[in-house]
Amino acid sequence: MKYQDEYRDATVARKLQQAIADIATRPWTIMEVCGGQTHTIVRYGIDELLPEKIELVHGPGCPVCVTPLELIDKAIAIASRDDVIFCSFGDMLRVPGSRSDLFDVKARGGDVRVVYSPLDCLKIAEQNPNQTVVFFAVGFETTAPANAMTIWQAKKRGIDNFAVLVSHVLVPPAMEAILSSPSNRVEGFLGAGHVCSVMGLEEYEPLSQQYQIPIVVTGFEPVDLLEGIYRCVRMLQQGQVGVDNQYARAVRREGSRPAKELIADVFEITDRKWRGIGLIPDSGYRLRGEYQQFDAEQRFAVGHLDVLESDKCLSGMILQGIKKPHECPAFGNQCTPEHPLGATMVSSEGACAAYYNYGRLLRSKGEPAEPYVPSPTH
Amino acid sequence: MTHVADVDRSTCPIPRNDYERVLLGHGSGGKLSADLIQRVFLDGLGNDVLSALEDSATLSIGSDNSPGSDHRIAFTTDSFVVKPLFFPGGDIGKLAVYGTINDLAVAGAHPLYLSAAFILEEGFEIEQLRRIVASMDEACTLAGVTLVTGDTKVVDRGKGDQVFITTTGIGLHRPSYHLSIHNARPGDQVIVSGTIGDHGITIMSTREGIEFETALQSDTAPLNDLTRTMLSACPSIRLMRDPTRGGVSSTLNELAVASAVGIELDEASIPIRPEVHSACEMLGLDPMFVANEGKLIAVVPENNAQVLLQAMRRHPLGRDAAVIGNVVEDHAGMVVMRTLIGGQRVVTMLAGEQLPRIC
Repeated sequence: MKYQDEYRDATVARKLQQAIADIATRPWTIMEVCGGQTHTIVRYGIDELLPEKIELVHGPGCPVCVTPLELIDKAIAIASRDDVIFCSFGDMLRVPGSRSDLFDVKARGGDVRVVYSPLDCLKIAEQNPNQTVVFFAVGFETTAPANAMTIWQAKKRGIDNFAVLVSHVLVPPAMEAILSSPSNRVEGFLGAGHVCSVMGLEEYEPLSQQYQIPIVVTGFEPVDLLEGIYRCVRMLQQGQVGVDNQYARAVRREGSRPAKELIADVFEITDRKWRGIGLIPDSGYRLRGEYQQFDAEQRFAVGHLDVLESDKCLSGMILQGIKKPHECPAFGNQCTPEHPLGATMVSSEGACAAYYNYGRLLRSKGEPAEPYVPSPTH
Repeated sequence: MTHVADVDRSTCPIPRNDYERVLLGHGSGGKLSADLIQRVFLDGLGNDVLSALEDSATLSIGSDNSPGSDHRIAFTTDSFVVKPLFFPGGDIGKLAVYGTINDLAVAGAHPLYLSAAFILEEGFEIEQLRRIVASMDEACTLAGVTLVTGDTKVVDRGKGDQVFITTTGIGLHRPSYHLSIHNARPGDQVIVSGTIGDHGITIMSTREGIEFETALQSDTAPLNDLTRTMLSACPSIRLMRDPTRGGVSSTLNELAVASAVGIELDEASIPIRPEVHSACEMLGLDPMFVANEGKLIAVVPENNAQVLLQAMRRHPLGRDAAVIGNVVEDHAGMVVMRTLIGGQRVVTMLAGEQLPRIC
């Protein structure tokens, strides 16, 4: 596949691996923000190709990991109704609420469907005029334009039996929350390429200046990741701050104007809770006043649901790079991929699951697991 | 009003894996399926033969110790609930015949007889049923088996989904072969008979909501002629499996655990069609988890691997056969892949249903 195979080329990857090893003279902690990048790192074993000095921290850019418990409970409450067809992206179905998950709702007779595009929901709504079709609008700035387009079209076409349960979150406020924490260990960021293809680079420039940190907007193929890491290490070694764009084939400085306009028309900025992290001011989207009629929380009166998260779960600290998965007391004993206790252990690319599988591999070869989990000495 | 959930505050919020009801994921061929088998079926029905978890049971019939009286029978059963009923490259009838034949064939047995049971939904068109039956007849002829007994039940409209088929098969083991999922040994080579993921992606391309144009066809095929060819060329084959639901990764994990060995794969050597590769990229799926219906995995001692590979490649169903990895002593029970760019990753078993990722 063009635009893909050339970014999975082993020769290019080896050259970048060597280049990183050549310039890295000091230890650096770099966070990849986006769950899609974490997926590539785990899938291709990229962290293993890096010198021990370079530590990658898996960031909070995974909608599955950061959607708060109460929103899952709201989704479950709505999806359990007889008059609702509940539509979601696939991987939200296995995220646990406080008592059950959407798979369980489906097994108990709820009409829960996986969609690939939110626009499919409007078709389903027109085919089922006596049901309300509710879409679980989760994700970062990447999924926001298509979700906004769906809501905009629903209004324009007068599709009243459609609603959205909105849980949109934003990347820059999460990065700021990480950087402003007294326990922060992150020294450089790989920015989320697809988020920036929508939003552009401008919001990252003040962040970079304020916290004196390099941010390299990076793509999702293995060669992208290695090149992003190379550029980030080079900036760190040279003491540079600023925003660099490794993913120039998809990201322009101004982002996508039509997408941003559409988002601004449908959504407005609001405070959002993040699972394991808590409330981050101005860190998400909600529907603007003129689109309130599509708000599923209001329509089904679930706005009051407020669920306390466990105060012992470390997944929030892990997603901020403050703690490593193995520092959780439950890691590897009560909490394994077979019996996960937190979202970061649920999917194979979750930070905890990645650590668990790789640590198991090293131990079985009689090697200590430490090279992959260096103690935080810097 | 504030609702405070009754969560156990000493742990993380606990994802479910001990469901009180059956989920679709319990039928995925991955970890949830394995859990269901262990916790419900083996717990309630386990015995030496069933608990071996081979693709088919091996039964000894006739034991009067006279020469030639010790016949080992291979016996297996499988149900088919595919939607749509007719798809590019096949239909539910062909799947039902080949699926059961293949479970016998990969055990090293010669498939002989089949039974077929139909659960029909009230209102299902007889003409469609005729098409399915004709396809099954064609499949039996091609594979050289005879369908000798059957059953039909009809359920109320809305209580089934058009037609479900269960087939059961009997085959005869050849005395000299003793294939088993427990037989893999360090040093052995792992061979796949052709491109992976063709069936699963073909079915997915026809599903509502994600329809896409593709020239891809299901790989559904009877493997008994291929396995016969393979065993004549290389009687030392340790084991064969057909990686259906749960895909190649689930099959390899099962055999790594059963044989208490590690498996090392080389990503670059795994045969995969460009169409399957593109569809997986588009849908956020891993081809290692996608179902196959006419492929097999064979484990063979290293010094016989090339002979076997050449024999497979001369067979129409093994043209794209390739060595994809080897069996190692390290990391017993785990499958580890050397990735395209030289890193390594642990290849896990499919957890529940394979779900497209958001990002």
